[in-house]
Amino acid sequence: MSWNYTVKRVALFLIVVWAAASVNFFVPRLGTGRDPIREKLGQLAASGGLRQDGIEAMVKAYQVKFGLDKPLYVQYLNFLGDTFTLDLGYSLANYPARVGQMIGNAIPWTIGLMLVSVLIGFALGTLMGALSAWPSAPRFVRNMAVPLMTLSAIPPYLLGLIVLYILGLKLELFPLSGGYSPGRLAIASVDFYLDVLHHSVLPALAIVMQQVGFWALGMRGMMVTTSGEDYITLAEANGLRNRTIFFRFGLRNAMLPQLTALGLSLANVVAGQVIVEVIFAYPGIGTVLFQAIQASDYTVINGVVLILIMSIGLVTMLMDFFYPLLDPRISHTRQN
Amino acid sequence: MLAAGICMILLVVLFGALGPIFVDTDKAQPLATTPRQEPSWEHPFGTDDAGRDLLAVMIVGVPLTMRIGLLAGTVGMSLGVFLGFTSGYMGGKIDTAIRGTVDTLLTVPGLVVLVSIASTIREEISVNIMALVVASLAWMWPTRTIRSQVLTMRERAYVQMAKLNGMNNREIIWKELFPNLLPYLAANFTNAVNWAILSSVGLEALGLGPQNDPTLGMTIYWAITFSALIRGMWWWWAIPIFFIALIFVGLLLIAAGLDELANPKQRKAV
Repeated sequence: MSWNYTVKRVALFLIVVWAAASVNFFVPRLGTGRDPIREKLGQLAASGGLRQDGIEAMVKAYQVKFGLDKPLYVQYLNFLGDTFTLDLGYSLANYPARVGQMIGNAIPWTIGLMLVSVLIGFALGTLMGALSAWPSAPRFVRNMAVPLMTLSAIPPYLLGLIVLYILGLKLELFPLSGGYSPGRLAIASVDFYLDVLHHSVLPALAIVMQQVGFWALGMRGMMVTTSGEDYITLAEANGLRNRTIFFRFGLRNAMLPQLTALGLSLANVVAGQVIVEVIFAYPGIGTVLFQAIQASDYTVINGVVLILIMSIGLVTMLMDFFYPLLDPRISHTRQN
Repeated sequence: MLAAGICMILLVVLFGALGPIFVDTDKAQPLATTPRQEPSWEHPFGTDDAGRDLLAVMIVGVPLTMRIGLLAGTVGMSLGVFLGFTSGYMGGKIDTAIRGTVDTLLTVPGLVVLVSIASTIREEISVNIMALVVASLAWMWPTRTIRSQVLTMRERAYVQMAKLNGMNNREIIWKELFPNLLPYLAANFTNAVNWAILSSVGLEALGLGPQNDPTLGMTIYWAITFSALIRGMWWWWAIPIFFIALIFVGLLLIAAGLDELANPKQRKAV
């Protein structure tokens, strides 16, 4: 990996973060010309039945407190500084709570759920997709293409509703919502982890089902081309066992584009899962976002948006760095 | 495959188009019927908490969702065709700029950006504004794929021939490249519509949709908000999911079928 490429790639990442932060700063200020401080104070005054004499002075005082009396470019620079130090400010709806802290509590849940289910989905889907295009695979496996395609087309949160209804509500095999049983102390014990695992089965299943379909579809296309390659014919002519040909020659070669796609599709994968969490009231970042939307808690909405963009940008960057190790044909230095 | 997909989409379109003849769409309004009815002869799809007849809701909502998809898909595709052809055909600095922007934006989770836009203007969201919000990010995939397709086309013998015959750039793009890419563009358009519907339903499921229009996503949002699932009102969420699945699978089949037309080599693939 060349030094030049690394610098460029890191710069690109920083540009994405800067652009996302700028959109977060400017979009709310472009729009409706609303003044959250005045609105909030107006609400308080109305609900308290107080006289509204001092309200202008209070608006002024709060504007000074939050730095809103300064010119726009100073506010913008402050905002950028805060963003890059990950200071996301206070939640509007749960005032003393800080946005960073709320997101920090939620993130392990999201990462845990996502990582496990995407990996299972990727592995299963790749294998099934490859088998469904392999000429000597059993017939029932080759007929899987249509159901797999259907699964890939339905968003995971809708699959979530279906599995929740059947496995959760009707068969009562799994809990209906949450990340762990209410009232249970969140301490590190075997009991607690088993409880967490039990709660995560259904949301994970919803994600895995859709992921299996998605990856199988891509893999099938790749495998069709690969199974017609000369080296497969040669391996057959050499009398290698079918299984060896499948794993060593077919799967291995057809898989590389899948790995590239994993990086590219990560952004969409995460977005779909945000809503899965909402369906299951899973205590991850999606639920934080949903509650913030319900309460018009703009600092939290912006914080979640920013953190999601940053973390996905970071992961895609790392994956770009690792590809050349997986596939020597990919090189970040120009050779032509 | 293409035929199966077209049949499914046609079915959905006909349902929306012919539905109003048989069913009174006023029943899609709140308080129109008795709330919380299971599916029966009188209400084949049941009714929701607010007393809306879900058959009427679907007849109104399915075309609304399709409209969001088509509008956003058209806007996204037009931009994508323009930028893709410009980038792929002109090359040089313009290409570097367009490609760089698209590649950067594609690593950003689209739905999350849409959440940020939609939550700023949530009171003003109507069906058409929803389509525009979604369209703002629907042009990136078309741009990227069309660009790479144009890039390979540009080097083909018939384009070189046209150049030698003294055709100018505009003529080459319209008379040579465009017709040859048509099935490919159609597949791309189908994907763009699919993406737009997927995003709009996602936004709506989070509550960031047109509050007064019963689109498919909003129906799901209300079902989630009023815990239809735990209360056993399966028809409230299962029916919109059925229509969404029908639309997505139909569009996917059409796109795959068109892809086959565009590259006969892949004919065995799906």
